[in-house]
Amino acid sequence: MPVIEVTNLHKRYGDLVAVADVSFTVEAGEIFGVLGPNGAGKTTTVECAAGLRVPDGGGVSVLGLDPRRDAAQLRQRVGVQLQESQLPDQLRVSEALELYASFYRDPADPADLIDRLGLGDKRNTAYKKLSGGQKQRLSIALALVGNPSVAILDELTTGLDPQSRRDTWALIEQIRHSGVTIVLVTHFMEEAERLCDRVAVIDRGRVVALDSPAGLVSTVLPEQRVRFRPSAPVDDRLFTDLPEVTAVQRTGSQVVVTGTGDVLHAVTSVLARTQIIVADLRLEQSTLDDAFVELTGHRPAE
Amino acid sequence: MHAFGQILKIETRLFLRDFGSPLTTVALPLALLLVFGLIPAGRQPEAQFGDLSFIQYFAPSLLVITLAMSAVNILPTVLATYRERGVLRRLATTPASPAALLAAQLVLSLATILVSAVLLIGVGRLAFDVPLPRRPLGFTLALVLGTAALLALGLLVAAVARTAKSAQALAVPLFMAVMFFGGVYVPRFLLPDFLVRIGDYTPPGVQALLDAWTGTSPHPLHLGIMAVVAVAAGATAAKLFRWE
Ligand SMILES: Nc1ncnc2c1ncn2[C@@H]1O[C@H](COP(=O)(O)OP(=O)(O)OP(=O)(O)O)[C@@H](O)[C@H]1O
Ligand SMILES: [Mg+2]
Repeated sequence: MPVIEVTNLHKRYGDLVAVADVSFTVEAGEIFGVLGPNGAGKTTTVECAAGLRVPDGGGVSVLGLDPRRDAAQLRQRVGVQLQESQLPDQLRVSEALELYASFYRDPADPADLIDRLGLGDKRNTAYKKLSGGQKQRLSIALALVGNPSVAILDELTTGLDPQSRRDTWALIEQIRHSGVTIVLVTHFMEEAERLCDRVAVIDRGRVVALDSPAGLVSTVLPEQRVRFRPSAPVDDRLFTDLPEVTAVQRTGSQVVVTGTGDVLHAVTSVLARTQIIVADLRLEQSTLDDAFVELTGHRPAE
Repeated sequence: MHAFGQILKIETRLFLRDFGSPLTTVALPLALLLVFGLIPAGRQPEAQFGDLSFIQYFAPSLLVITLAMSAVNILPTVLATYRERGVLRRLATTPASPAALLAAQLVLSLATILVSAVLLIGVGRLAFDVPLPRRPLGFTLALVLGTAALLALGLLVAAVARTAKSAQALAVPLFMAVMFFGGVYVPRFLLPDFLVRIGDYTPPGVQALLDAWTGTSPHPLHLGIMAVVAVAAGATAAKLFRWE
């Protein structure tokens, strides 16, 4: 049974349709990514799942419960990191975590969480005096302090430096290994590729793609390019005759063979058979970044 | 209930940590009492104060400082700030409710007012022979109703204001009006009579406090107005208040 089920979710703010029609399911133990340009409706979608906003249409079920009706039960089991949320200026790191831990029946150890998020030397620092990335890490810690079964993390690593981002990824993988189901809203394609089992791309309030990151790239942009410099002249037809190949181009001494499927294998087999030696052989595949642009017409925000 | 206790503990700590809050709500009125009490003339009964000494006449106005600071300045500013910064919303994602934080702030306000009242009455009595409130029941009633009216107004400001800035913009003039009509800026015997009459009906109702303190029963109309303000402002605030 899926842990999260969103069916035909619809949400308006006045006249503005923030979420037109969004459906997806998240399976137990999965890291599920939600991607999309600014204003696409990602936050609205996950906050409906968290029970913080009331949908105008469609259904949401989390752990078999209704986020509005069974709010009390769900709050014990769902940890949420909000995209925009601060703490009182004078509240210290350890006070915040101990306070939040006290709300839960079976909380994680605040001291341990502080260390795991690299805030060990900041435990007595007031919120106001933390750097942006440290505030973000505290926010992640607060989402995890209740030992949730489901964690909904809106813009997990926005504002973190590259090292902290990688540390946070490692933490999220650990958390997943302990069986937590994770929904991750992100603008970082590298993050989605590295962490997510599946991603939904949302654009203008609709799901425009839903697949594994690799599956998404190969469906949206199946073409790959093989580039090389042959040692002897080669005839284009050698390649155009291959079923995988769609085009052959030349730039100077370079040959670029474009194709789908296992085009690299097809090209290298031909080269081996005809005993042509090549230099600078490179395979160019599309990335999730390219697929994102193709799907939404936007560059992923950085 | 457990969450409420924890939140109250933390909010109390934050209140004390923010030096300005205990200073202006409790230390300032107490310091003024000591200053006026130490001036010998402040302790002499005077005909213009109805045979009361100046400090006795002025003590209810000192209590108004605490009430105004706590209920119409600090309370709405803190709540609007917490809402604007998403503190209330984040709490709504946990098993604790943002209502627990609101309740903790109210309890903190009440506690501050109680501590200040006890200190002013106690120190006045011990150090300067200001009699204890002669009508304890009437005094308690006047204090409770006056506090309720001001807290309701403070909550109304927090409910109407969308941001911390606009809460300040509303709270400051209200705070100054409460202080002015409470006789804090200019002792009331120096004010024209019509301003003094307005002051009788301006929360928290300084005349009712003075009457009960010095032996006359507080005027039912003075108390009634406080009750009406408390209920009307409180109900409107409850209707308009948003957690986000
Ligand atoms: N509380 C609100 N009131 C009115 N409009 C809102 C509200 N929250 C979001 N919107 C609007 O709804 C649309 C979707 O917003 P949402 O926050 O869900 O986008 P998002 O995909 O999370 O964007 P981002 O990547 O910038 O965080 C936007 O056009 C936004 O302006
Ligand atoms: Mg968002």
